[in-house]
Amino acid sequence: MLPIINIGPFALPLPGLLLILGVWLAMLMLDKEASRRELFANTLNNLVVIGLIGGIVGARLGYVLRHLDVYGDRLLDIIALNAHALSPGDGLLFGSLAALIYAQRKELSLWPTLDALAPGLALFSVFIGLSHLASGDAYGEPTSLPWSLEIWGAERHPSQVYEIVAALLVFWVIRRIRLSPAFPGFLILTFAAFSAANRVFLEAFRGDSEIVLGGLRSMQLAGLFVLLLSLIGMHLLASDNPGMKLNR
Amino acid sequence: MQRMISLIRDRKRWMAITVLVMSLSIAWAAASRIPDAEMPGEEIASPQEGFLAPDFRLETIDDGAVTLSALRGRIVVVNLWASWCPPCRAEMPALQAVYEDFGAQGLVVLGVNMTYQDSEAEASSFAAKLDLTFPIALDHSGEIAEAYHMRALPTTFFIDERGIIRQVLVGGPLNEATIRSIVRDLLEESS
Repeated sequence: MLPIINIGPFALPLPGLLLILGVWLAMLMLDKEASRRELFANTLNNLVVIGLIGGIVGARLGYVLRHLDVYGDRLLDIIALNAHALSPGDGLLFGSLAALIYAQRKELSLWPTLDALAPGLALFSVFIGLSHLASGDAYGEPTSLPWSLEIWGAERHPSQVYEIVAALLVFWVIRRIRLSPAFPGFLILTFAAFSAANRVFLEAFRGDSEIVLGGLRSMQLAGLFVLLLSLIGMHLLASDNPGMKLNR
Repeated sequence: MQRMISLIRDRKRWMAITVLVMSLSIAWAAASRIPDAEMPGEEIASPQEGFLAPDFRLETIDDGAVTLSALRGRIVVVNLWASWCPPCRAEMPALQAVYEDFGAQGLVVLGVNMTYQDSEAEASSFAAKLDLTFPIALDHSGEIAEAYHMRALPTTFFIDERGIIRQVLVGGPLNEATIRSIVRDLLEESS
């Protein structure tokens, strides 16, 4: 765990730096995918950048709207450069909407575009795990297993390491199958299905799960939902596209 | 890959696979549920969101003393700071303003000066200059810095009425709206 790197008078947050590095590497990967799939790399890069900016702006606006009485007479605080006053759910919604509007304006095809994004997303997932390892977030349940790590006052499952290993495996699978002939949407739905299955499996070792009705873990329920949609979606898309396109 | 695609297209076989995968996943989720719905971290003291805030007893600059566990039942903002740290100094007026507005509703702001890397005289002089009315505690030995894994200044912990850390904000200066919004949410939740 190394949440802060001190360089001279500067205290740099390593988890945030790892996420930025992940975005950068994912975008490099997107460039390669775009050219291989005869899509415009610039357009896809813009799509990602617009989604990210929309996400950050949306996350701040969502937070401000929820605390309008606080921000009403402190308007300058709305644009303050800090990463604290953000609403992640709203950010995801606004970012997706911004990307969707841009994609429609540029007349991008949905599934080929998402397929091109899949390898980058798989790589970024590895960096999310690394970020969790650096910050100590997403920590595991207490255990006496020999490979446990001491973190937050107890010997715990190294859930962040599990997350990194699982994300690397998904990345490896996506890299292996990305060149194979398949129907549009195959790559992104494979990524979604594997990631959802990972979440269902690995959440069981987490010590910070949000618990919902009946003691169930909310992220496992979300994972089950995404897994089911992905499996059904794969069948529907495969049936709609009898001919297979070579991705090379 | 060709066989994989054929399998996905085959409705009966793919449905069988889907049912099998979903059944195993649902069984795993059910087996790993937490029956008593308790947050696992709450009984352990650790400087992380979801855990009990590590207890301490410190002297204050007005020759008094403060014990964190004695403040249980109130919302507590613990701010680790030093007088030589520019962002710490910059956010103090915001902490003071929030304390003035919410103190009557049970908010406690506790400035913990990192005296082992600062000095009591500097801390007192700074508090007097800014007319800070919330308690300023003195960490002479660095025990709080160690117990709270302090790696950068300022660091601010928002603690709920059960003594659980709800948010940790590393770095600053924090603006008043951010502090006020978190405090207000915690006060609303506890009322």
